[in-house]
Amino acid sequence: MSNQRSKYEHLMYPVDWLEERSGLVGGIKYFLFRKVPGDVNWFQTLGAATLTAFLVQATTGVMLAMYYKPDAKSAYPSIEHITNDLFAGWLVRGMHRWGASVFIILMFMHMGRVFLFGAYKYPRELTWIVGVILVALGLAEGFTGYLLPWDQTAYWATTVGININGTAPFLGPFIAQFLQGGEFINADTLSRFYAIHMLLLPAMIAGLIGLHLYLVIRLGVTSPPWSKEAAGGSNDSEPGADEETHG
Amino acid sequence: MDPRRKTPHVPGPSLWPVGFAIGVAVALLGLVVRWQIIALGIVISLVFGILWIRDAAGRRGITETVEVESEYGPGHPGPTIPPPSTREKYPRSVFLELSTLGVGGVIGGLVTLPALGFMIGPAFLKQGVKDHDLGPVENFPQDSFVVATYMSDPAQGEVSRRTAFVRYNGLLGSQPSFTIISNHCVHLGCPVQPNGPVYDKQSKTFGDVTLIPAKPSGFGCPCHGGQYDSEGNRVAGPPVRALDRYSFSIRNGHLFVGAPYSVAKVEGVGSAAKIHKSAYSYPGEQADGVESWLYPIQPPN
Repeated sequence: MSNQRSKYEHLMYPVDWLEERSGLVGGIKYFLFRKVPGDVNWFQTLGAATLTAFLVQATTGVMLAMYYKPDAKSAYPSIEHITNDLFAGWLVRGMHRWGASVFIILMFMHMGRVFLFGAYKYPRELTWIVGVILVALGLAEGFTGYLLPWDQTAYWATTVGININGTAPFLGPFIAQFLQGGEFINADTLSRFYAIHMLLLPAMIAGLIGLHLYLVIRLGVTSPPWSKEAAGGSNDSEPGADEETHG
Repeated sequence: MDPRRKTPHVPGPSLWPVGFAIGVAVALLGLVVRWQIIALGIVISLVFGILWIRDAAGRRGITETVEVESEYGPGHPGPTIPPPSTREKYPRSVFLELSTLGVGGVIGGLVTLPALGFMIGPAFLKQGVKDHDLGPVENFPQDSFVVATYMSDPAQGEVSRRTAFVRYNGLLGSQPSFTIISNHCVHLGCPVQPNGPVYDKQSKTFGDVTLIPAKPSGFGCPCHGGQYDSEGNRVAGPPVRALDRYSFSIRNGHLFVGAPYSVAKVEGVGSAAKIHKSAYSYPGEQADGVESWLYPIQPPN
């Protein structure tokens, strides 16, 4: 490594410039090359897979927002335009549509892995709690996104969904009325759901993913339940054991 | 705190949560069976919940013996703390800290509260539907349903389209009697359909109103199978009350459809029917009995 470093040193100047001023390179290296138990399992990649699914949703969602019109009269025609007329529109819309299901499924698989590995236990309870909030927000993303095509399925599924909220005791009717932005589903309901779907919830999810990841890095990865290694924590007992990785 | 410490900050094993969970389960069972069982479940969960809290609080009292170490290490006398009488009661640093927080809070509130009001307010203010003209009363034959669709707010377009099943019941005394049933299923709001022939080809239009004669024996919902008779009473499926109805008025020989209201059940038929009215409420909310206590306040409409 050190030989290559001297040969191509000039290539590293921009990276060094960045590192000297921000420490970001070291931070990213710390994140990527942190120590994990030796017998981690493939199931422990589900969290990273969920993150990837979220990033796909965020990226394709931004692209779709460039052509989608959140207005009762033009929403469905704009979806038709995206799907039938625009170059690769069918592909990006399909990625967003099917990716939504992938995101939800991966969240629950990740949750199941954490549960079955007992990885929610001390000291990782807060990671689990943040994860549960993320599941709820992810489902809310699915619910609000489902209305946006503004076709018959979307309209009636949202009617049913809002009215299920309405049956919650005491506050239910108020939650339902807040969601539809009035006494009935109206022209504002669509733009309301659009704003919640693409501004409010993604910002909350991104922030909580940051907290979730911070906790994962701080507390370390759990060993599988069948592991013979000591659970949790980074292995500070072996300083410098894998310096080459850090090199 | 160091995550690798040996004594975790968790309550020890306890059986009380099990009793608490049983109480919740009994209460949920009561929702299906009868209300006395709900009360029993709530009592069980309250008792076990209190015991659980007492237990957890008691344990904490025992385990939370914090070892105080001098930050200057053993042997060092530590900082010289002046006797209480000479210490400042309200140091300047505390004043500045609190005033910064307070001013920041006021500024934040000035920005946040109007924005929150703008997000929530329009959903609850200026609600209510205007009366809508359905055309001359002669268009409604006696004792026969007409499917009327109209746009309650033409400026909003198709999204404001409403459907009502209108039946003229003849005169009640000297006043004409109408039955106007909403097509919103009171299970979860899907559109109920007439169970019987609908004569599309005999439809009439009046402005944005379309009137289609129908001969339903009742109404059925396509989503989850709720069934109603021709008075709107539930006969089968998941709905929890009778179909909502609209109030009406007659001006200059025209039928006007007015505000909707909810109906627990209807006894009798046509103009002689006794309608158990209640405040207009969302689908899935009981209009009578103990369960209706769960929805004491309805949002403005």
